[in-house]
Amino acid sequence: MHHAPPGRSPRRVPRERTLIRLITFLPLAVAAALVVVFFWTLKFGSDPSLVPSPLIDKPVPTFKIPSLTEGTDLTEEEFNGHVTVLNVFASWCLPCRAEHPLLMDLARDGKARIVGLNYKDKTKDAKAWLEALGNPYTRIGVDRTGRTAIEWGVYGVPETFVIDKKGRIRHKQIGPITSDQMLVIRRKIGQVAK
Amino acid sequence: MTGPVKRRSTINLRAVALSLAAVLLCGHMAPPLAKAVLPDEFLADASLESRARALSKQLRCLVCQNQSIDNSDAELARDLRILVRERLKAGDSDTQVMAFLVARYGDFILLKPPVKPATWLLWFGPLAIFVAAGLAIMIAVSWRKRFLKRPPAALSHLERAALARILDHDGSGTQDGGGDDTNGGQPDGRSV
Repeated sequence: MHHAPPGRSPRRVPRERTLIRLITFLPLAVAAALVVVFFWTLKFGSDPSLVPSPLIDKPVPTFKIPSLTEGTDLTEEEFNGHVTVLNVFASWCLPCRAEHPLLMDLARDGKARIVGLNYKDKTKDAKAWLEALGNPYTRIGVDRTGRTAIEWGVYGVPETFVIDKKGRIRHKQIGPITSDQMLVIRRKIGQVAK
Repeated sequence: MTGPVKRRSTINLRAVALSLAAVLLCGHMAPPLAKAVLPDEFLADASLESRARALSKQLRCLVCQNQSIDNSDAELARDLRILVRERLKAGDSDTQVMAFLVARYGDFILLKPPVKPATWLLWFGPLAIFVAAGLAIMIAVSWRKRFLKRPPAALSHLERAALARILDHDGSGTQDGGGDDTNGGQPDGRSV
């Protein structure tokens, strides 16, 4: 008659204690998880200076600019019927010089037509630059004010676009092309050409 | 001999510190107006110009990223400021100007991200965390209250045996050892 209901109550207390103890360490666990997430994104996350373009899979913007060399003006018609790589460059842009040999390679392959957009440059400088380093471009448009580049959502030089036969933008490379990124561009050209 | 020299040097230091502070203060108090916007960009129409300034403050400079185009010295920021003014002069509404730029540069150009499913976490996440924390605290408090109110748990028979042993040893013949009358069996008999 002295016995309490066996087994029930005495067990409940320790279980609750462990629960409380777990909850006590919850904030620490959350903080640790955040630290892991932040380090992960710092190390493996995408570069925040690369802003994704809303123009991907959209038709090229309308524009009309003079040609650097002799010839007609360049417009959005330029991209009808062939896979094109549009490269925004300037003679004053050092990274452009770095990626230039890769564009020369691409031009030699002939897998895509390369069109240049000469950004805020002097005609004389641009021509001298191409003479010295070689000209990978089939056609070059002159964007003296940078207004056309804005239409393309350009926010720095160099930038490179891959455009399909129907004149839709399919890929954008921000900053100088490295050999790894050239592989991506070549793969994209291959996909788009099909 | 060393005394005066030392003294002079401290005075100089103080003077330097004072002038530094003055320079810093001036820098802070200088009006932020026209920090980056150049006079040749101003529109003749004052109301259009003020709209242009207001819009520029909401647009991110994509080159420097944490500045608006209104206070960035980057060349692209200047081009965009001029573009904003062009669009306004052409009769665009504020939202049309914004839409024009978003179409080319994406939502990232807006310093204040728009509310849409992709940004719900950003906009409402803090509120959700706040509410969840509030709920957690309420639950914890009510648990605690219940925990405190509950009568102490009954002794297990091992504990009971141990207690009996102790009492037997201690009392050795007093009435405590008997444990048969008043508060023997019921653990929660105390509250009555």
